[in-house]
Amino acid sequence: MSLLEVTDLRVSFPTADGLVQAVRGVSFSVENGRTLGIVGESGSGKTVLTQTLLGLTPGGRVEGKAVFDGTDLLSLRPDQLRRIRGAQISVIFQDPLTSLHPLYKVGWQITEMIRAHDKSVSRKQALDRAVELLGRVGIPRPRERVNDYPHQFSGGMRQRAMIAMALSLSPKLIIADEPTTALDATVQAQILDLLIRLQQESDTALIMITHDLGVIADIADDVLVMYAGKAAEKASKHDIFYRPHHPYTKGLLESIPNSSAAGDRLRPITGQPPSLIRLPSGCAFHPRCAYVMERCLTEQPRLAPVGDSGDHVSACFLPVMAAGLADEAEELRRRAVGQGRREAAARIAEEIAERPEAEGSVIA
Amino acid sequence: MSDTLPRDDARPLPPEAAMEDDVLIRVDNLVKYFPVRGGGLIRRVVGQVQAVDGVSLVVRRGQTLGLVGETGSGKSTLARCIAGLIPVTSGTVTFEGRNITNLSRRAMRPVRREIQMIFQDPYGSLNPRRRVGAIIGDPFAVHRTASGAERKKAVQELMERVGLNPEHFNRFPAEFSGGQRQRIGVARALALRPKLIICDEPVSALDVSIQAQVLNLLADLQREFGLSYLFIAHDLEVVRHVSNDVAVMYLGRIGESGPRDQVYDTARHPYTVALLSAAPAADPDAAAERRRIILTGDVPSPINPPSGCRFHPRCPKAQELCSQQEPVLESKLGDPAIHQAACHFPVQAGEIMARVAGRERR
Repeated sequence: MSLLEVTDLRVSFPTADGLVQAVRGVSFSVENGRTLGIVGESGSGKTVLTQTLLGLTPGGRVEGKAVFDGTDLLSLRPDQLRRIRGAQISVIFQDPLTSLHPLYKVGWQITEMIRAHDKSVSRKQALDRAVELLGRVGIPRPRERVNDYPHQFSGGMRQRAMIAMALSLSPKLIIADEPTTALDATVQAQILDLLIRLQQESDTALIMITHDLGVIADIADDVLVMYAGKAAEKASKHDIFYRPHHPYTKGLLESIPNSSAAGDRLRPITGQPPSLIRLPSGCAFHPRCAYVMERCLTEQPRLAPVGDSGDHVSACFLPVMAAGLADEAEELRRRAVGQGRREAAARIAEEIAERPEAEGSVIA
Repeated sequence: MSDTLPRDDARPLPPEAAMEDDVLIRVDNLVKYFPVRGGGLIRRVVGQVQAVDGVSLVVRRGQTLGLVGETGSGKSTLARCIAGLIPVTSGTVTFEGRNITNLSRRAMRPVRREIQMIFQDPYGSLNPRRRVGAIIGDPFAVHRTASGAERKKAVQELMERVGLNPEHFNRFPAEFSGGQRQRIGVARALALRPKLIICDEPVSALDVSIQAQVLNLLADLQREFGLSYLFIAHDLEVVRHVSNDVAVMYLGRIGESGPRDQVYDTARHPYTVALLSAAPAADPDAAAERRRIILTGDVPSPINPPSGCRFHPRCPKAQELCSQQEPVLESKLGDPAIHQAACHFPVQAGEIMARVAGRERR
């Protein structure tokens, strides 16, 4: 059984402007020792999704199930959840400066975390553990640095301290929400390296939330691509990068400047991500999709297996074999779109023919 | 004097040999220190932040110079010095053959029409209480080049050109998304038909799909108006995509510079090599095969930079000489004169630097 099994999770927030549908039915699972990468643009719901698991979305209407190690997290009382949060599931946030308290020493913050969950640990023991953890995440002279305040740490060191804190109670699952986005490339490389090493040492499961496909390529085993609060595509890392099926995944991959085509025009996805209050009808991606068909405007595609492997699922009406960036796949996609358009045109023409009294409207 | 040199259109010429009419802006030995004051009553200067320490570079007409560096490398300070937004400590900035260093506000005014900036943060760089039309029209008002209906028409043309709906003239910045706000910034920069636009991390705050839209827009405008860009970014793939030439900054100095492909394909400075190896590529197979060089430590403080080569405390190749003697920025290992690196022990082709990440891939 999976360590974490999320089924049909829905989160919405009532606001003055209307209901914000942040997460609209997402299911996924994470196994011990594996890394699930969650990718998506701003507003795709990737952060709300994981924070809901930890009870960090007050005011949200939550539906669905999230079974962690046999317990449904969404049915727990706040005090029960508090015992799991930090001890069994810990979080690393994007901005280490705002997630560390500026007025307390780094070491104190780690010992507090340890003692909050286990009162039997003495202050002295907890401090020794903090020193050991800081050393483990690569902070030089941890015995001295444990007495520093967060502002005395650089950005990379703060993120290391956050990781040390996340590890302090040997959690089974770590949720890392854009942990390297605020860091420089060389420091990002250090942190990713550290996360991979620590994960291998302790067989921890990791959920890595990021908008950076480069980070996903580096660290993930499986990938969930989110768009407008739903899973657009879910597959192994290899399938996502080399055999993308959903036009959004494909668009994301093609948007990235890459070395082989330096200087050429990029192929961005047109338009803007939708408002989560007034979502487009049918498939939420259809206004931006290069392969939009008639049914995309009215029907919501379900996640269904595509490509050759059963683990690769995509929520798109394109033919199941139309996965990948090769010409054959493109041909399949084009043909499906063309056929859809012809059928639609024929049907509309028929409808008009049946109503001779109607003014003949022009069909583009 | 440079007329006698053979001119190769495919390759930019070295700074010394470049024909003057090819060069739009030249920066020579630019230094910018910020004083650090003590906490006492007199606020004595107790140190200097050596933000930019002797940088020389050239931006050519119609071309893009990419400036790469990490936080604290001084790239934004350098940009602000070039744009004349802050006074320089020493060194010169020459625009179209004219020295524009530390000009008075009045003398700088006509130059500002030619040099514009686009900032990173599309939220912070637009006044939230002014309408978009007024924001984009400001340059016309400041330089008194158009007013009334004429200004409105010019603004709407600009909005259309950068891909905004001209009917949204009366909206406030908050009604636009991040990508659209960056387009507003581009329109404002473009208003006076400048020759140089300094782009300071113009796409870093944007999602990838929107980032590509803005990069394409910048490329189109460059072609259409013959613009030159000084393009500052920390994303190496973005810089590779847009630049003709690339300069890599580290702690206030240029570590390596040259034509894009030479810097990316045969990097000589160990810092460039480490930076290139650290940048995550969106390609799992390449990521698994790549040998990442993990640098130890963080960028040192520019208040008290390391002696000799400023990179030596983190450099896997550092030797004793590196801490004693500052390396000169020059061409290495038989590279063409335009490809320069400041390193005593430049990286050979195919060389594997020590301290590569020794982790097992699954």
